[in-house]
Amino acid sequence: MSILSEVRLIMGKDLRIERRSKIALNQVAPFAILIVVLFGFALNADRAALTTFTPGLYWVTVLLASILAVHRSVAIEAGEGAREGLLLSGLRPASIFLGKATALISQIFLVSIVLLGAVVIFYDARVDDAVLLVTSLVSAVVGVGAAGTLYGALLGAQRARETVLPILLLPVLAPVLIAATRAFGDAMGTVATDGWAWTALLASFAAIYVAMGVVSHGVLMEEN
Amino acid sequence: MVSVDQTARADSMGTSSKTTRILGGVLLAGIALWLFLAFVVTEPDIRIDGTSGQEIGQFDAFRLIYVHVPVVFVAYTAFVVTAIGSIMVLVKRSVWWDLVAGASAEIGALASALTLITGSIWGRPIWGTYWLWGDVRILTTLVLFMLSLGYLAVRRLEGTAEERARRSAIVGILLVVNILIVNRSVEWWASQTIHQDSTIAEAAIGGSKAFTLFYSIVLAMGLFTWMMIHRFRLAWLERQFDRFGLDDALTSRRAEAASVLEGEMS
Amino acid sequence: MAVVALSDVVVLLGRFPALAGATLSVEAGQSVLLQGANGAGKSTLLRLCAGLLRPENGTATVLGSDLFKDRRAVRQKVGYVGHLSMLYDDLSVAENLRFWANAAGVSEKQERAAAERMAIDGRLFDVPVKALSAGQRRRTALAVAAARRPSLWLLDEPHAGLDQAGRDIVDELITDAAAAGGAVLVASHELDRVAPVVDRFVTIAGGLAIEQSQTQQAGGHVDLV
Repeated sequence: MSILSEVRLIMGKDLRIERRSKIALNQVAPFAILIVVLFGFALNADRAALTTFTPGLYWVTVLLASILAVHRSVAIEAGEGAREGLLLSGLRPASIFLGKATALISQIFLVSIVLLGAVVIFYDARVDDAVLLVTSLVSAVVGVGAAGTLYGALLGAQRARETVLPILLLPVLAPVLIAATRAFGDAMGTVATDGWAWTALLASFAAIYVAMGVVSHGVLMEEN
Repeated sequence: MVSVDQTARADSMGTSSKTTRILGGVLLAGIALWLFLAFVVTEPDIRIDGTSGQEIGQFDAFRLIYVHVPVVFVAYTAFVVTAIGSIMVLVKRSVWWDLVAGASAEIGALASALTLITGSIWGRPIWGTYWLWGDVRILTTLVLFMLSLGYLAVRRLEGTAEERARRSAIVGILLVVNILIVNRSVEWWASQTIHQDSTIAEAAIGGSKAFTLFYSIVLAMGLFTWMMIHRFRLAWLERQFDRFGLDDALTSRRAEAASVLEGEMS
Repeated sequence: MAVVALSDVVVLLGRFPALAGATLSVEAGQSVLLQGANGAGKSTLLRLCAGLLRPENGTATVLGSDLFKDRRAVRQKVGYVGHLSMLYDDLSVAENLRFWANAAGVSEKQERAAAERMAIDGRLFDVPVKALSAGQRRRTALAVAAARRPSLWLLDEPHAGLDQAGRDIVDELITDAAAAGGAVLVASHELDRVAPVVDRFVTIAGGLAIEQSQTQQAGGHVDLV
């Protein structure tokens, strides 16, 4: 089987599971919206402050929601031992990484689109530059999904996974938070900066993590 | 798994040797000299402002530089060693390098924490605040410290020695990749948001100050070496202990079989 | 050539030597019953042969591949059914079969045949796995493995949770596999059930494998027909 069809097989499987279980849609997305509302309370529903800080609040929320999505992505394989089934099936580790990552990226993307609607409604966010917004969003989400899949696979079925994943992943994603917040600031007209330069940083991060994932997944999967 | 020579070093049950005891003694004397240099020989940082004629500068707070800069060197050196060790684990499949990487990362975490603490203490009188968001170095070091906590958490995960070594090696290599990305992005971010002049560059460092600073860095590297040797040997002994424990475990495990067989014969 | 050739194999789970120097050789066409108390090392032995665990010491070759060096080659050729079903709860029986068949590069025809053989075709096909009983899950897991037509079967308590019909199917599977020139290692506590269909008895105790002659067996726990 070609790498591409292997990737499609794994991705299709994860997305089908999401279509059946609707965890991202019915649990992760509402959780994200809830955080957006809680920030509203925390900032005293100050419209001006909320609009100014929309990019930052948005991306902190996306990162927190992504942690949940990564857990789910790992749990699918850990639960009934499917991780071993994948080992026994002889699929290439790189395809498994790319398949899992693409499925995770699509789900985080879905959640971040829902969340975009939420900040428009709750924070009066307006979009000046839609092309920049979408490009930076996609670049950032690819980076988050690739890094999440890599560190998620590293923890695998470990009992300590739920507590170790955030401390491992969030510092790694700090540059994504910085760059995506700036890019969104430009796209939403709250900060004068070159959003495209930040988007380039996001794209580089994504490229590095996709490459690292492809290279290291074999080492990680062989570890049993 | 790389085979471990069980007889090697089995005679020495401590982590010290003649060399480390001598090194330790030299370092102790070095610390005494360092205190003398930092508090007696060198002057506080006092300059006269060209226009107003007033005394300005960092005064005695400047002496913190003799701690702060050396621990920065130790922190970054330690993580470079961790990265090299991590690469060697994957290249050579060697557990020896895994122990080096782990020992170094622990010292690195400690040194980066000390960097942040001494930096904050110094920042309070000089910048008027414990924390300065505009400084690339302290933000990078903070993220580095957190990344190192993640790395150490991964080292403690379950698995056989080889599994843990390989898993940690990947996180160790990523740690360096991450810190480079963090540094670039924070620098860029800070240059666009907060403007901060370098305070260090203002203070005229020359003469005894420069010598003391240089000396303290050398001393800190000596301490790093000494700690590395001890921490590594401790990890090595722990491993040896596991290996010796394995023989006992194998014997008692096989004894289960004997009792089962007897039961069947009777 | 031996399908399984283990000599003085030690396997560590963490620091615990689950196998403490096991020696076992299985030829093609043989079926072997592994018996022994809980925690004796039966499951570890099966997982080792499946290429899922790394041996620590000794020599270990399965289906011509060295378990120290090339576990990946072994994994694709074995039919391992362990305690966990390795199925996706949210997908239906048919979707699980399809996915694993695709992953292993198995044709749809082979997949259908395996499903029929395990009697999970028809009504059960579109039921999500999470709604299945333990026995139905086991049948599905067996079908996934059977579709790959493995040359070495590694069955861990295959009868557990199965009804009479299911047990008969498993017995048939073991007999057929051995007759077709494959090898079967089956761990089980149900000696009277498995004894008639296997060629050899091996007791696993204290992480060691101890060959039992049939007479010894007969004097011990099992009445042979």
